[in-house]
Amino acid sequence: MSPRILAATTGRILRQLRHDRRTIALLVVVPAVLLTLVYFMYADQPTPPGQPSTFDRIALVMLGIFPFVIMFLVTSIAMLRERTSGTLERLLTTPLGKLDLLFGYGIAFGLAAAVQAAVAAAVAYWIFGLETAGSIGLVIGIAVLDAVLGVALGLLCSAFARTEFQAVQFLPVVVIPQLLLCGLFVARDQMAGWLQALSDAFPLSYAIEALQEVGAHAEPTGRMWRDVAVVLGAVVLALVLAAATLRRRSG
Amino acid sequence: MDDAIAVRDLVVDRGGRRVLDGISCRVPRGAVTGLLGPSGSGKTTFMRAVVGVQVVASGTVTVLGQPAGTPALRHRVGYLTQAPSVYADLTVRENARYFATLYGRGRAEADRAISDVGLAEAAGQLVGTLSGGQRSRASLACALVGEPELVILDEPTVGQDPVLRADLWARFHAMAAAGTTLLVSSHVMDEAARCDRLLLIRQGRLIADDSPAAIRAAAGVDDLDEAFLRLIRAGEAASTSTDATAARETA
Repeated sequence: MSPRILAATTGRILRQLRHDRRTIALLVVVPAVLLTLVYFMYADQPTPPGQPSTFDRIALVMLGIFPFVIMFLVTSIAMLRERTSGTLERLLTTPLGKLDLLFGYGIAFGLAAAVQAAVAAAVAYWIFGLETAGSIGLVIGIAVLDAVLGVALGLLCSAFARTEFQAVQFLPVVVIPQLLLCGLFVARDQMAGWLQALSDAFPLSYAIEALQEVGAHAEPTGRMWRDVAVVLGAVVLALVLAAATLRRRSG
Repeated sequence: MDDAIAVRDLVVDRGGRRVLDGISCRVPRGAVTGLLGPSGSGKTTFMRAVVGVQVVASGTVTVLGQPAGTPALRHRVGYLTQAPSVYADLTVRENARYFATLYGRGRAEADRAISDVGLAEAAGQLVGTLSGGQRSRASLACALVGEPELVILDEPTVGQDPVLRADLWARFHAMAAAGTTLLVSSHVMDEAARCDRLLLIRQGRLIADDSPAAIRAAAGVDDLDEAFLRLIRAGEAASTSTDATAARETA
């Protein structure tokens, strides 16, 4: 890896994004609109005594899930475009290192996700009165980490897709099982053993648990830091695997 | 070490078909070598093997004294793919600057590469809005921007108007005069006369490897198109008579 090439690649990806105003608008606005839907869905639901309101519980988790899903999709398509446009093959004939490219995507879309998460969190806290025991800064930080997890998995999955049709199919394959088993619908300790094992194997479960820890505790907990470390480890592992699937030589 | 490229007994299979069938040749330094042949003859595969992105079945390809695909060569070899491989959602200048950075060059080199291909006036335009010919020149600028010692150009002049084509060929010869080695493919025979040396490929086999004048002399005609036709016919007649001899011997 070279800092100069990594910085140039990150800048190039952000510049591509800047020329695509509609995508920027969608990135920033869609999570806020979805949170609005969630708010009104639960507006009239009674809150069990001594517990956070249903909206607080769901919205907090959604702040992590939106960036994860959106960045997974955006990255899969972006990487597939590199492949089909021939730019990937060309890049691999230049001094660019594979990790320069993959970390470039991670950093560029991570920055985009930071803007997205900040806007979504601002809407959740200040318009819809979301309350968490821990700080909004930690929530945004974990949301960005979730986005980077989405980017890393998107980069890895795009190696197995030859067409756009295949690429979008990885959403139901890779993302939806993680959503179902992350503890949002059924608490993880109430699932059947084999489902729990699956949930334990999915990185999103730890990302969501970290958010829930921030929701329940004023100070960062040891469990939260462990969860963050697990997600970071999953990001690095996915990026290294993605680099291993990038072949400079092909048939 | 006088040769920029030395190829020995190169065999390449793609999709279960033999695309290059035992090619041996040398490309001298500081000259423009033309790679001629009809569509599907194996020109692109040959170039990919030289750049080092093609899986080869057997044979060796030595580029600037090192095996093709050696990491150090990525700084010294520029490659223009047949289909323009530049970012459609970036401007010409942004594309050229990005590729310049990959090769450790700056903005001045990027601007020069753009004006060298006659795109100075379109530098601020998004590549996606350019005509086909302009787009392939934008791609060419990105292949030249690193000022590589060896330039592999896959059909760089297709779709360009005659004046621009003449300008580009003048540019290629100026580069060769300054010591750069160029390997340029084309399926248009009138471009063959502009090359210092010619490699003619047909059905994965090398039919001629000489200067245009020597090829004309060997075939006994002035027209290169006609000369190639005679070489092909002569080659076919020779292989038929060999087959016939072999058949007689078996009988």
